[in-house]
Amino acid sequence: MNIDWWLLFEISLAGLGTGGLYALTGLAFVMIYKATRVVNIAIGEMLMIGAYIFFAFSAGMGLPIWLAIPGALLVCGAFGALVERTMIRPMLGESPISSFMVTVGLSSILVGVVELVWTADQQRLPEFLPTKPIEIGQAFVSPKIFYGFWIAVLLITTVLLVFRFWRGGVALRATASDQAAAYSMGINVPRVFSLAWVVAAMIAGVAGIVVGSIGGISSAMGIFGLSVLVVVIFGGLDSVLGALVGGLFVGLVEALTGFYIGGEYKILATFTLLVLILVVRPYGLFGTHEIERL
Amino acid sequence: MKTGVAGTLLEVQDLTLTFGGVKALRGVSFSVQPGSVTSVIGPNGAGKTSVFNTISGFYRPSAGSIHFQGESISNVTPPKRAALGLARTFQNIALFRGMTVLDNIKLGRHCHLRTGPLAALFYTPAARREEDALRQEIEERIIDFLEIDHIRKAPVASLSYGLQKRVELARALAMRPKLLLLDEPVAGMNREETEDMARFILEVRREWGITVLMVEHDMGMVMDLSDHVVVLNFGQVIAQGLPTEVQANPEVVKAYLGSGNIEALRARFKQAVRPTVNTRAVA
Repeated sequence: MNIDWWLLFEISLAGLGTGGLYALTGLAFVMIYKATRVVNIAIGEMLMIGAYIFFAFSAGMGLPIWLAIPGALLVCGAFGALVERTMIRPMLGESPISSFMVTVGLSSILVGVVELVWTADQQRLPEFLPTKPIEIGQAFVSPKIFYGFWIAVLLITTVLLVFRFWRGGVALRATASDQAAAYSMGINVPRVFSLAWVVAAMIAGVAGIVVGSIGGISSAMGIFGLSVLVVVIFGGLDSVLGALVGGLFVGLVEALTGFYIGGEYKILATFTLLVLILVVRPYGLFGTHEIERL
Repeated sequence: MKTGVAGTLLEVQDLTLTFGGVKALRGVSFSVQPGSVTSVIGPNGAGKTSVFNTISGFYRPSAGSIHFQGESISNVTPPKRAALGLARTFQNIALFRGMTVLDNIKLGRHCHLRTGPLAALFYTPAARREEDALRQEIEERIIDFLEIDHIRKAPVASLSYGLQKRVELARALAMRPKLLLLDEPVAGMNREETEDMARFILEVRREWGITVLMVEHDMGMVMDLSDHVVVLNFGQVIAQGLPTEVQANPEVVKAYLGSGNIEALRARFKQAVRPTVNTRAVA
């Protein structure tokens, strides 16, 4: 069999491009899980809300892009805070399944709101990324995917650096490690919860805007979240590194399957991967083994 | 409004704590004088840790009040209590596993730091000064004092139980507390580790001027170190006073032995101290 290496390279680049966005959304998921131990099934819908808020600001209200994006992210942040305060914090001390179910409900609510306000039809986001095709050797990359990837890389790096060196990041790690000790150490644990949701909602918002500008927005956009779920289970629910590696890997697998086997098998490949990882390493590639006290 | 008794550091008045139908604490009152070592003792389930959790703000009492430095702290959140000068250790070690000893200790200072996210990211001069000052104080005072210099870079999970307890104390000291709450500081320690810890507690009081309130089962240590002892049983204070007074109290003897035999209890108090001499002699 003769392999067209440039074609393979091209497909891989496209896969890594999508993978970057998976990694970004995975980071938002991991941040929430680490701080509050909530498995947030609504991550895909939070991403969708970000895209629609941007849509409302830019296409709806006619704001310029440089105003619409920060505006949308601010609203996303406020939305994250609202969800944490009204839906997550009251579940403190309840079983993990309960808060998990709350996020399932949240995802339905968000889909409903979007369909009520903007209908279920697909919409196009205003163009804001350069449209000149990118050429690497003989391989072409869609400019949207190319810039989307670099936006994801830039944002991931910034978030990681800030949380590495700022004491808020230390507070987050301490809270993830031992809530009671962190609380008595003067760390404002409820504020850490809030912070995690706000930052995660904003990250998801950025991902939503980029994903929406690549493939358009619709009330079914939350499907993106399903792949992200596979990403974080693959990488380990509480591992930032896992989300990054998992994101790129899942993006790559989906692109290659989509091209060589057929687009309809993409999701099949993703979930086969999920089954495999659950059988071999249930805590994910880089996740912490939960050690129960005997 | 200052209703606390003048001159006391911590004033606990009529503290009542209920979980559903269970009364964990019933009208507990005692005070901690500045510069003292005060101990809370009592049989298992007497409510000692409940008292601690109420003082550090984890439990909200159903009645009663807590005054710290003359101010009521009943409605103050745990992080703010930490900033006011209340630090604690835990009965089951609650260190941040996966972090090094030094990181754990530095976290104790968290509540006093100012650097914001941008200043930290670009490591501005102000952020650098704060970090340097913090490192210097922690390295020169706390780490040297507690003799844990050799393990500062070690992950806490790899340390022995006794050393972990010591790191927990170091972390609490980094909070620059006025009142240090120690929940069973020597539980599960061998004789030598216990002696080290007793020495540290006394030096914390003498050299740093920190008042200590502790819960402890090791009677020998309690009687040796304490200025004031509070005895709890079934959520009530059954006696308090000097160690010698408490030892002679028939109620206390009854709570511990189920009988009125004072001599048997005295023997137990003494027994806890005696082996010290023996093991040392052998070693």
